[in-house]
Amino acid sequence: MEATKACISIRHVSKQFGKQQVLKKISLEIMEGEIFGLLGPSGAGKTTLVKQLAGLDTPTSGENFLLQEKMPSLKLIEKVGYMAQSDALYGELSAKENLQFFSALYGLKGKKQQQRIEEVMKLVQLSDHLHKLVSNYSGGMKRRLSLAIALLHEPEILILDEPTVGIDPMLRKSIWEAFYELKNKGTTLIVTTHVMDEAEKCDRLGMIRNGSLIAVGTPEELKQKTNSATIEEAFLVYGGA
Amino acid sequence: MRITALIIRILRQIVRDKRTMGLLIFAPILVLTMLHLVFNGNDYTPKIGFVHIPESIVDQIDISDEKITEYKNEKEAKEDLSSQEIDGYVVFHNQSPSIFLEGSDPTVNGAAIKWIQTVLKPLQGNEPSLEPKVDFLHGSAGMGQFDYFGPVLLGFFVFFFVFLIAGVSFLRERTTGTLERLLSTPLRKWEIVTGYVLGFGIFTMIQATIIAAYAIYVLDMLMEGAFLYVLLIILLLSFTALTLGILLSSFANNELQMIQFIPIVVVPQIFFSGLFNLETISEWLRWIGPFTPLYYAADALRDIMVRGYGWDEIYRDVFVLLGFSILFMIVNILALRKYREI
Ligand SMILES: Nc1ncnc2c1ncn2[C@@H]1O[C@H](COP(=O)(O)OP(=O)(O)O)[C@@H](O)[C@H]1O
Ligand SMILES: [Mg+2]
Repeated sequence: MEATKACISIRHVSKQFGKQQVLKKISLEIMEGEIFGLLGPSGAGKTTLVKQLAGLDTPTSGENFLLQEKMPSLKLIEKVGYMAQSDALYGELSAKENLQFFSALYGLKGKKQQQRIEEVMKLVQLSDHLHKLVSNYSGGMKRRLSLAIALLHEPEILILDEPTVGIDPMLRKSIWEAFYELKNKGTTLIVTTHVMDEAEKCDRLGMIRNGSLIAVGTPEELKQKTNSATIEEAFLVYGGA
Repeated sequence: MRITALIIRILRQIVRDKRTMGLLIFAPILVLTMLHLVFNGNDYTPKIGFVHIPESIVDQIDISDEKITEYKNEKEAKEDLSSQEIDGYVVFHNQSPSIFLEGSDPTVNGAAIKWIQTVLKPLQGNEPSLEPKVDFLHGSAGMGQFDYFGPVLLGFFVFFFVFLIAGVSFLRERTTGTLERLLSTPLRKWEIVTGYVLGFGIFTMIQATIIAAYAIYVLDMLMEGAFLYVLLIILLLSFTALTLGILLSSFANNELQMIQFIPIVVVPQIFFSGLFNLETISEWLRWIGPFTPLYYAADALRDIMVRGYGWDEIYRDVFVLLGFSILFMIVNILALRKYREI
């Protein structure tokens, strides 16, 4: 682990909304080419943290660095693919029109655009529904289309906020296979989740509770250190239960 | 490139929503048609000038009245008439009076003629030969209320609908999270605002052409000037509506709250747009007029359609409208900082 470069560096980041302290002095390094899981219950502050990494918000104090450069930066934004927790899609347009729009924003056009649209839709197994209006999509299909859009411009860093919510187990498995494939190509992935068994699939995990980072390590390490059989148990131990 | 993508997306969304598109075009047509069929009535004290007043009348009227001006020659009176200082003037040739009216507002015309006739009555005695001759600088005796109100209404409808759909569509962008999604792409903030202005601008152009053409060629609304100037003013007005709509949408949490802006922001503009004579509005409200875009658009549209004026008369309105749009655009770009600092 020491040899690989830190791709994302979160330094003493705190965030306050009014009186509520949502992130408390978080420091964390994420390495190039790993799948890093942010695990924590709903309301822990996962979305708040990854939004900062995507350039959509700034810390109250502390700094975020991506690829040795300080966020937010327009240059970095091109290298990041972001999938928000809620599906941000245009319902009155077809899936293809949504994909065309977002790929154009990243400067993809013509044959290359066409090719990328086919590739990402195949990856999320939506190729047969390319021409459907998004308003006629099911929840799981929208989730997958959002993922496809985040993958369009082949970003170096992928930030996925609860990517597999509402997706059935079979498809979830195939999506995780896609994540590993991206990782093998050198992409760094940050995946937030509140599902414990999904956390097992990550290379390393950061556990967040009430805005504090309570533990970081590989799933094996975390279980060993706490003498737990499952990640869930480990989380409870770290959480002071 | 990115702006083009945004424009295409916006136009696709508008075209997809057939019902809204129909509303935008047919609602104004419907209302204009009804107004065309209905219109009438008002109360107004005209401003009249006199050139060489015969002694016999001086006794009759109160020259110190602020609504009456005295001129030494007809040229001066005509100048004041052109600049709308007065609504009309009376000139006497061999004791027989001629009336010359500014003529663009039928209410004013009627009031002016009535007032002059009352004043001149003692002169006439019972001789019908002294019936004054009436001339118009603009318009004619046959010009109806609708011709005068028409240009204002045309502007109002465009403002109203563009404000609403642009505001609602930006509101949706915000509440569905797509705005945040857009800002996680390299799209610049000024590109978002520009894309919106151009996307809706193209649609407004089509909408305005259809509505204006219908009003002018089907309803026979008075049209003295160039059609292209009408479109230019309407386009600029729609830019202000659009940018103001987008701006105010950030203070609304849902569509209903967007609609609540209509009685506060949109409707009051009508009162200052010349649909009602500004001088019948009480003093302490009158100052609001110059702060509303419709005030300038209505003025320019009336100059073009009723008075047949060209660029020299409307350029000031054009620049003020442009100024409004640019101001709102800048504020919009600044407001987007809330979602992404850079
Ligand atoms: N814009 C905001 N204004 C005020 N409070 C917020 C805002 N965004 C998030 N919060 C609060 O921050 C806390 C963490 O939220 P979030 O990061 O969405 O949690 P998670 O994604 O882990 O479920 C919640 O209590 C939420 O109410
Ligand atoms: Mg969340």
